[in-house]
Amino acid sequence: MTEISMAQALNAALRDAVKDDDRVLIFGEDVGPLGGVFRVTDGITADFGEERCFDTPLAESGIVGFAVGMAMGGFRPVIEMQFDAFAYPAFEQITSHVAKLRNRTRGALSLPMVIRIPYAGGIGGVEHHCDSSEAYYTHTPGLRVVTPGTPQDAYDLLRDAIDSPDPVIFLEPKCRYWSKEPVSFTRDGAAMDRAVVRREGKDVTLIAYGPMVATALETAEAATAEGWDVEVVDLRSLNPFDDETVTASVRRTGRAVVVHEAARFGGYGAEVVARVTEQCFHQLHAPVLRVTGLDIPYPPPKLERHQLPDVDRILDTVARLQWNDEPVVAGA
Amino acid sequence: MSRETPAAALLPSEVPVRFLAEDGTRVDQHGGYSDPPSERLVEAYRLMVLGRRFDAQATALTKQGRLAVYPSSAGQEACQVASALALTDADWLFPTYRDSVALVARGLEPGEILTLLRGDAHCGYDPAKTRVAPQCTPLATQTLHAAGLAHAMRRRGEDSVAFALIGDGATSEGDFHEALNFAAVFKAPVVFFVQNNGFAISVPFEKQSAAPALAYKGVGYGVRSEQVDGNDAVAVLSVLDDAVAHARSGLGPVLVEAHTYRIDAHTNADDATRYRDQAEVENWRAADPVRRLETYLTTENLLSTNDIERFQAEAEKFAAGVRDTLNADVEPDPMSLFEHVYAVPTRQLAAQRALVAAELEA
Repeated sequence: MTEISMAQALNAALRDAVKDDDRVLIFGEDVGPLGGVFRVTDGITADFGEERCFDTPLAESGIVGFAVGMAMGGFRPVIEMQFDAFAYPAFEQITSHVAKLRNRTRGALSLPMVIRIPYAGGIGGVEHHCDSSEAYYTHTPGLRVVTPGTPQDAYDLLRDAIDSPDPVIFLEPKCRYWSKEPVSFTRDGAAMDRAVVRREGKDVTLIAYGPMVATALETAEAATAEGWDVEVVDLRSLNPFDDETVTASVRRTGRAVVVHEAARFGGYGAEVVARVTEQCFHQLHAPVLRVTGLDIPYPPPKLERHQLPDVDRILDTVARLQWNDEPVVAGA
Repeated sequence: MSRETPAAALLPSEVPVRFLAEDGTRVDQHGGYSDPPSERLVEAYRLMVLGRRFDAQATALTKQGRLAVYPSSAGQEACQVASALALTDADWLFPTYRDSVALVARGLEPGEILTLLRGDAHCGYDPAKTRVAPQCTPLATQTLHAAGLAHAMRRRGEDSVAFALIGDGATSEGDFHEALNFAAVFKAPVVFFVQNNGFAISVPFEKQSAAPALAYKGVGYGVRSEQVDGNDAVAVLSVLDDAVAHARSGLGPVLVEAHTYRIDAHTNADDATRYRDQAEVENWRAADPVRRLETYLTTENLLSTNDIERFQAEAEKFAAGVRDTLNADVEPDPMSLFEHVYAVPTRQLAAQRALVAAELEA
């Protein structure tokens, strides 16, 4: 297995999908000869032709709405929104049509398509380039929402997403595009819809996804110095939610912290906390806590280190779970 | 229709294309468009009589509580019927909530068309089988779907056309402009048909657009454009036949604006007297598309009194069938709520399905 970056793993997944299935088409702004602003579609137009990977006019609602029609016509579009906040003009198409066409037509029409959205911060991007928009999509019935935390998952999840008969919002953590690991291109088809335990531990479960998976793993390593044995669960699939894996982990450890970059209030973490609390109440030694971004518009690059959950902030929160089983008062 | 420059080739006629004056006599404003065959005009007339009766019946059914809501297209029959007649069964139609008469003209079952407005399901017919997309409630969003599907069909080697219906209000939406641009860039075989009926709910055209005509909006995108008298069935049919042929031959999209008028309110729930003068409505009644075509066809001896009576009798029978269908009580299955949300149902949904099943049993 060769060591490749997440961006390269995504590129490999796209290439393999285009090779394996004539119906798969890649399109969006700058995905052609440029290869995408993050080079995720690098070389695909050159190797497979403009019929399979092509640039469109710069209009996100147009890209998504056009993809709806292409999918109705028997193709499987894999489209790119370039940056998280750029997808907002397409929000109506995504929520009113992509999510609902199967239901509206009582199964007569389906929309097997993937909307790739590079999301979240940590890359020093200026405003409108670093939003964590997962809650908008996970709140919309009819969409599957996934996000890889590792290069291997990037490959597996994207292949599974393209094969999915349901529309998939594919959130790519920009700050992890360049992280590398050995990647196998043999798929077991198990990535979709399932969370995975990335690191086993006895004392506390860190529940993370996308860009925060690596941060959670770093935290777990740092926590050993404090004598804490931390388990890390990578959700991978945000909707549907894998209660089974998460619940089993929290029941083992008795403590849980949910970590995400997105703003806290009304955020995805609230759903995770509610589900864990409902299902693990009697096994919990402390309230389930969250470490999240602040409830502010994503800050300018020079201030983003205060926005992003880091190892220290997560460790401080883990410390608040109090290991001696004394009563805990949840803070902010 | 010879044009001097490529830009001019896209421009609509300076005045709306028209074959018939309001009183049904011939006028020469048709700019070289040819007369549709007479059988086609008689068929259009038959469907317009049928459509008007259907529309009146549906409106009456809202008063009886049988339909949750109905947006009338009375006065727009020429546009509605010509939209269906311009297409083959292999073409795709993308209608809005106001285009039920176009679906009647395409031959869909009235009970299936009215499923949406009755409140039973979001779409009562099978779009894959009928090649009619669900009637769209958001404005202009379906124009992009039409562009995408048209492009898909062309890539698959089909010579089918996608035909998108919208109103004047929808031309202010971003998706309309993105759809024109995408369709033009990809040379997608799609016809955008704007029924400018004067109002977007209560907002009149002059507050909707400062353009001399909505048809001019195509030019900036490189889309061939035309405007037509929307109450002249001969003109609408001729222009739409031409537009569909243009798109089908691979020359790219066409935008057609029909100038017509919404005789009734936005829906049965709306009070049109709050925003418009009754005298204006009466003026437009004088331009009635059904009577205009009837006068013309009768004068030309293409339609007899006997034909007219026969069509009216057919329309009455059709309306009775609509009443019977709608008066039968239908209780949608609550468990259908959980069907077709996903192709592969989620575990969350399975749990909620069990909850509703238990509630029903209790």
